[in-house]
Amino acid sequence: MDLVQTFFKWEVLVRTFPMLVQGLGMTIALGFLSILLGLIGGLGLALLRLYGPKPLRFLTIAYIDVFRSLPVLVWLVIVYYALPFVGITLSPFAAACTALTMISSAYAAEIYRAGIEAVPRGQFEAAQSIGLSQYRVMCDVVLPQAIRLIIPPLTSNCINVMKDTALASVVAMPDLLKQATQAQALAANPTPLIGAALLYLVVLLPLVRLVGLLEKRFAQGRA
Amino acid sequence: MIEPTQPVSQAPSAAFDRQAAAARRTLISLKGVNKHYGDFHALKNIDLEVAEGEVVAILGPSGSGKSTLIRCINHLEAYSAGDIYVDGTRVQPGPELIEVRKGVGMVFQSFNLFPNMTVLENVTLGPIRVRGRSPGAAQARAKELLEKVGIAEQMYKYPSALSGGQQQRVGIARALANEPRVLLFDEPTSALDPEMVGEVLDVIKTLAGTGVTMLLVTHEMGFARHVADRVIFMEAGQIVEEGAPEQIFSAPQEDRTRAFFQSVLAH
Ligand SMILES: Nc1ncnc2c1ncn2[C@@H]1O[C@H](COP(=O)(O)OP(=O)(O)OP(=O)(O)O)[C@@H](O)[C@H]1O
Ligand SMILES: [Mg+2]
Repeated sequence: MDLVQTFFKWEVLVRTFPMLVQGLGMTIALGFLSILLGLIGGLGLALLRLYGPKPLRFLTIAYIDVFRSLPVLVWLVIVYYALPFVGITLSPFAAACTALTMISSAYAAEIYRAGIEAVPRGQFEAAQSIGLSQYRVMCDVVLPQAIRLIIPPLTSNCINVMKDTALASVVAMPDLLKQATQAQALAANPTPLIGAALLYLVVLLPLVRLVGLLEKRFAQGRA
Repeated sequence: MIEPTQPVSQAPSAAFDRQAAAARRTLISLKGVNKHYGDFHALKNIDLEVAEGEVVAILGPSGSGKSTLIRCINHLEAYSAGDIYVDGTRVQPGPELIEVRKGVGMVFQSFNLFPNMTVLENVTLGPIRVRGRSPGAAQARAKELLEKVGIAEQMYKYPSALSGGQQQRVGIARALANEPRVLLFDEPTSALDPEMVGEVLDVIKTLAGTGVTMLLVTHEMGFARHVADRVIFMEAGQIVEEGAPEQIFSAPQEDRTRAFFQSVLAH
């Protein structure tokens, strides 16, 4: 009972819930935008890496490797606290979104590349032989097949981005975690933190389950 | 530009005048074509002219460059030296390549149907995207073609639901959908179970009588003999011998050709 009184005090939860929900809104907005931009950027990077002119290809490889090596938190802190020294000042939301997108697009690029490379050569050749342009070969034939293959890892990557949004609290963005720590300070009780954890689970657990289901379905082959 | 023709909807094979075809103008021409894979010399100074409407069978041992030769014609492989022209257009990277490919259909050994599309979508993709047909017109035409290859009932299925023979007949319909003047076949029956070879060869044989120009790489000697106007024998990246089927099969001039037929017959 004591434990429940400490960590799950109902009045505190009810009182701070609006704050948490506001934070959740921010977290979802940041996650959604970073995921979307990361998926678009990742596709661009993958295509550049595979088919771009040589110098650009090397630049792309360097970019992908660097941003897969950098810890998200380190890059986020640099974007928010270091860039102002060269005259670039971003809001906490913009800084977090920029940092998350830059890193998630590097991961997404490698996933797309693996997917495109897994499409058999004969598919490219058949598409070319009927006279499709390079762009059409990609859009009509290769990408639909590649994306089917990579939906599970791509979804995993989205989950990671969603989780990494919590790092934005470090740059004072009022996301779910930040709101929860503030509510905890105000209420002098850790219940809001538990509430926040539960909200993260509400959003992410279904996604994790979904990845499991997708992997199983895709392992069974196409319908 | 290659004008569209109606390759399938013409006279049956018996009525087609082979002599007249041979006298027609050159549609495909290769001059001094060489192809290297790294250090490996896969095609050595190939000269070849194919007349409009001609059916040419290409024979030769494994690794002799048969696939490489026909894949250079629609530039699936880049050649390293020489010239290839299809209907007067040089085959090379650039905007004209699309024009060349519109007029050159290809049928692959492993079918290479698009697994993410239905049979009908496989056949209409080229006409809609490349020839700019309306979906309605493309579908009407595709249905005709699928009927010709005997597969119309399957048109809403995905390729994975079809047998090998059926898939290859779809592959032929897809190659015909752009109304090409030239069809390239790369061992179209080699991946098929024996009982399905006949149905595909029958379709190809019907096409051979319609005036469409065909280059056919095959190991089906009997088929080559009866369907081709001309037979080419390749070895080690070179054309060793060519001529009318009767001459090549009954009286080959070159030792290497004779040796090849003996090894094939021995199996
Ligand atoms: N992408 C490639 N890279 C390197 N060498 C290749 C490549 N493609 C083909 N070759 C080589 O070129 C030669 C000719 O190949 P090709 O596929 O044209 O032969 P083929 O006559 O079609 O043989 P098969 O009857 O086995 O299909 C072979 O020795 C092959 O190993
Ligand atoms: Mg071959």
